[in-house]
Amino acid sequence: MDFYTVFWREMRVFQRTWWKFLASRLVSPVLYLTAFGWGLGRNIRTDSGSYLDFVVPGIIALSAMTTSFNATGNGVNMSRLYYNTLEEYLIAPISPASLVLGKVLAGTVRGLISSLVILVLGILFGARLAVTGWFFAVTGTTCFLFAALGVVAGMTINSHEDMANFSTFIILPMAFFCGTFFRAENLPGIVAGVVSILPLTHTSYALRLLAAAGTIPVASALVLASYAATFFAAAVWTVRRVC
Amino acid sequence: MIETRGLNKSYGQLRAVADLNMKIEEGEIFGLLGPNGAGKTTTIRMLTMLTRPTSGEAFIAGHEVSRDLDRVKRAIGVVPQHMNLDQELTARENLELHGRLHKMPAAERRRCIAELLAFVELADRADDLVSRFSGGMKRRLMIARALMHQPRVLFLDEPTIGLDPQARRRIWDLVRQMNGDGVTVLLTTHYIEEAEVLCHQVGVMDHGKLIALGTPAELKERVGRFAVESLNGGEAAYTLYGTREEALRSAGHLEGGVAIRETSLEDVFIQLTGRRVGG
Ligand SMILES: Nc1ncnc2c1ncn2[C@@H]1O[C@H](COP(=O)(O)OP(=O)(O)OP(=O)(O)O)[C@@H](O)[C@H]1O
Ligand SMILES: [Mg+2]
Repeated sequence: MDFYTVFWREMRVFQRTWWKFLASRLVSPVLYLTAFGWGLGRNIRTDSGSYLDFVVPGIIALSAMTTSFNATGNGVNMSRLYYNTLEEYLIAPISPASLVLGKVLAGTVRGLISSLVILVLGILFGARLAVTGWFFAVTGTTCFLFAALGVVAGMTINSHEDMANFSTFIILPMAFFCGTFFRAENLPGIVAGVVSILPLTHTSYALRLLAAAGTIPVASALVLASYAATFFAAAVWTVRRVC
Repeated sequence: MIETRGLNKSYGQLRAVADLNMKIEEGEIFGLLGPNGAGKTTTIRMLTMLTRPTSGEAFIAGHEVSRDLDRVKRAIGVVPQHMNLDQELTARENLELHGRLHKMPAAERRRCIAELLAFVELADRADDLVSRFSGGMKRRLMIARALMHQPRVLFLDEPTIGLDPQARRRIWDLVRQMNGDGVTVLLTTHYIEEAEVLCHQVGVMDHGKLIALGTPAELKERVGRFAVESLNGGEAAYTLYGTREEALRSAGHLEGGVAIRETSLEDVFIQLTGRRVGG
């Protein structure tokens, strides 16, 4: 139950700042929805309906990724390098796995909330989506895996500036290339190959299929689950290294 | 209660702590005194497992620190040199978090929080965010937090740094009270007075080495209990002597303003390190 203590702290802080979080999380999806979904996309037809229907699952995927990654990445990085609050956990008799699980679950909650906000916005903008339990399971797994990646980054990167660089050079390109705004298969050969193994590509693909037809692509779901397990193990290792 | 055997920490070429051997008995208040960069914080960080030693062993309450991590963690409370409270939480929540991390049952947590907030005189600010606290209030809250799980050993790294004289005395009282309840204390300090009035044993550290160890009285004895101060052409100089007679005799030979006084720990420190504390 130690992980719950770590989670409890995060939720305490979240309760105090949720409106700021929501407001800041609303900005970029509204911009994306307006620019790509409603403005640019109005005249684009895809084989399965409007471009808005196509792009909303993509925006949900990218938002799940950035929100969860930033929540744990910046949180852990600041708490390790600037506020030194990480020490409080390191000197406590709790296991590295509990610490990581608490942080990752808290990042997952934030990611899920921001995804939900976009889902609601997307529907308000007129997107037609079939939302099932699997839809949330895939979104949740995506949040979990990127929250775990955030812990790895936060534990290993030694300055705030390099955290920002990681976001710019790794996270941001994924947000655009991983099947979020257009099909990843349309990318030139080698790029498409690389992109096809990235987790977010599988999220976009799975969410889109789920939203359109309600069926879960098993292979993609398994890929996401293995990423989640791998990043979680890596995160535990980065914490174990320092205590 | 605390023991180190050949404890070393190197950062590249720099030996932050070099072959440290010391033993602190249960119920003692032990003070580590030393100039900036002497290795005091590094020593505490190794004893609290926040830094891995390059070599050597450390024991707390009979457990080797790196082998018996969990048991050691339960036995110790730590107040680091820098502020590491959670500023996004209130005072009460900081204590609550600590209690939960140490698996204290809810009722016991509530009781301890109330007691400790009263103990450090923060009960009326319990539900304020820590980011709104003054430096002295944060220090006191850090001490309360370290005591939450009733540790048997308390590490205080410069507990009174940056505090006004009143707040400092208040912390000394707290340390004495805790010690009265049986808590062994290892503290570091730059303030000679602090070591003098508070500590049963004092270790003087310099360049990573423990260069002297003993009660304040023993250390003074070692360098000479009496100091003869003279004003020589505007420059103050002093010499230490073992007996009052020797001191008097030498004072008789001096011209100008002469004063004889008892040696202070500060004199000991300067004799041993060739520097003023903090210099
Ligand atoms: N993480 C680190 N990397 C490299 N060198 C370090 C590190 N931490 C400490 N040192 C070095 O180790 C030496 C001892 O530092 P330490 O912080 O233990 O001194 P201290 O006695 O606590 O000093 P102060 O009174 O200023 O707090 C210093 O020379 C310091 O520069
Ligand atoms: Mg120090």
